[in-house]
Amino acid sequence: MLNKGLFKKPKNELEAQHRTKRKTDPAIPSELCRSCPSCKQLSFSSDLENNFHVCPKCGHHFRINARQRLNMIVDPDSFVEQHHDLCSTNRLEFPGYDEKLEQATLFSHENEGVIIGTAKIGDHQVALFVMEATFMMGSMGQVVGEKITLIFEYALKHGLPVIGYTVSGGARMQEGMLALMQMAKTSGAVKRHSDAGLFYLAVLTDPTTGGVTASFAMEGDIILAEPEALIAFAGPRVIEQTIRQRLPKGFQRAEFLLEKGFVDAIVPRSIQKETIKQLLTLHQIPQGGDQNGSL
Amino acid sequence: MEAYKRVALARKKNRPTGQDFIDNLFTDFIEVHGDRSFGDDPAMITGLGMLIDMPVTIIAQERGKNTKTRIKRNFGSSHPEGYRKALRQMKLAEKFNRPIVCLIDTSGAFCGIGAEERGQGQAIAKNLMEMMSLKVPILSVVIGEGGSGGALALGVADEVWMLENAIYSVISPEGCASILWKDASKTKEAARCLKLTAQDLLELEVIDKIISENHRDFKNVYRELKIGLYKGFQKNQALDTDQLTQNRYQRFRKYGAIESLTE
Repeated sequence: MLNKGLFKKPKNELEAQHRTKRKTDPAIPSELCRSCPSCKQLSFSSDLENNFHVCPKCGHHFRINARQRLNMIVDPDSFVEQHHDLCSTNRLEFPGYDEKLEQATLFSHENEGVIIGTAKIGDHQVALFVMEATFMMGSMGQVVGEKITLIFEYALKHGLPVIGYTVSGGARMQEGMLALMQMAKTSGAVKRHSDAGLFYLAVLTDPTTGGVTASFAMEGDIILAEPEALIAFAGPRVIEQTIRQRLPKGFQRAEFLLEKGFVDAIVPRSIQKETIKQLLTLHQIPQGGDQNGSL
Repeated sequence: MEAYKRVALARKKNRPTGQDFIDNLFTDFIEVHGDRSFGDDPAMITGLGMLIDMPVTIIAQERGKNTKTRIKRNFGSSHPEGYRKALRQMKLAEKFNRPIVCLIDTSGAFCGIGAEERGQGQAIAKNLMEMMSLKVPILSVVIGEGGSGGALALGVADEVWMLENAIYSVISPEGCASILWKDASKTKEAARCLKLTAQDLLELEVIDKIISENHRDFKNVYRELKIGLYKGFQKNQALDTDQLTQNRYQRFRKYGAIESLTE
């Protein structure tokens, strides 16, 4: 079997890509060590895992996927996923988009760029969404917009708070204006949830940009950010090209936004769950109750 | 007509700008300035005027007519204070029960250090959220270029119309070509793929109506718009406010709703 696989020529492009992509699959860390992109020091993968995927030497927060985040935040076995099966279609017949979607599905092991559902955090019942960076950089197309809208509508119906983790490159251009419309749609859902007196906590992670920053990411009642996360409307490269000058160091990082007054607090991963629990308690979100929050 | 030709027409130098539309659609126009927290954004004109016999609030993006005014207007690209100024006027319109006209013409919200420092994303997000529940009728018309989030920040309306040669896009065709294909020469192809013309967007139900134009003479455009806006407001003013905001929510809710995804 091994020999056969080794010398087998890939039948088509996708198979070839699939094979090379697997090596860098973030869900299965095959390497023993990983080097920190910030301080360049090596750490054991197991040490990183035990340290919330934060570099023990310099505190750099490695990018992690949505399922890993969920495991860090919610009470064990309490997450009930909703609408897992929604998949994007290429309605505009944009060239190459079908292939991109297929690759993203293989690469991320997810159907789309966000996971939604209900869970318990410190025994508080909550609705949540967690965006997935490995699926086309968490870009927002119709399915991402729909799932986020659905979870806000569900939370509104059941009187639940929403906890949302954002990571996104912005609106997904392969879906054209239908992607842009998701900004209005999700904002409308947040507004209705908010008008009913319900609590929305947004946690911005690296990177949160474009159409997601300009919609539900910035609409939280309380907005937390991970240390050094890039949070921007226009990305640094676009700005440099527009104004033709170098940007100052630390520009558009979480610390910069805190200084300018656009995030409430910077919370490292190690204390995120505690902070969320504290905020839920302070917002008088009831504890206990029905475990089964599915539709 | 080829999509990229529309892009060129929408950006044409002598195309009428927001101020021309204001002069031709409304009487007794009074411009009001400032967002009351940082400054006044010349790329965004806000004010009050009469639409036939109906007092309305007018929000218009203005790109300028010659080099001097274009620089003053920052080529129609607003800073966050522009969106905050617009929202302030919309809130006043709600208070005094005036319908709101938004005239969209921008290549996008400005990308610069100051714009980011003052929260461009937050300003746009706030407009999207607040416009969704404003209790007065809103009609938005894309008169030239509708550039992404910077255009949508005035585009959460009961109805969105487009001029025949206007474009409305998630990203500029140039940006799309350079990001996706790393090749600026594919701009024309990008323009076609993005479905940014009025005709394409009517088919996708992103807009509700096309105002036909003869791009040498806008008299007919002004006349059609004036009557159209008036009738549109009359129709929406007849609704009670819950119905009005419910309709607006559903108008945007339909894009990518589960039914259309699982078809």
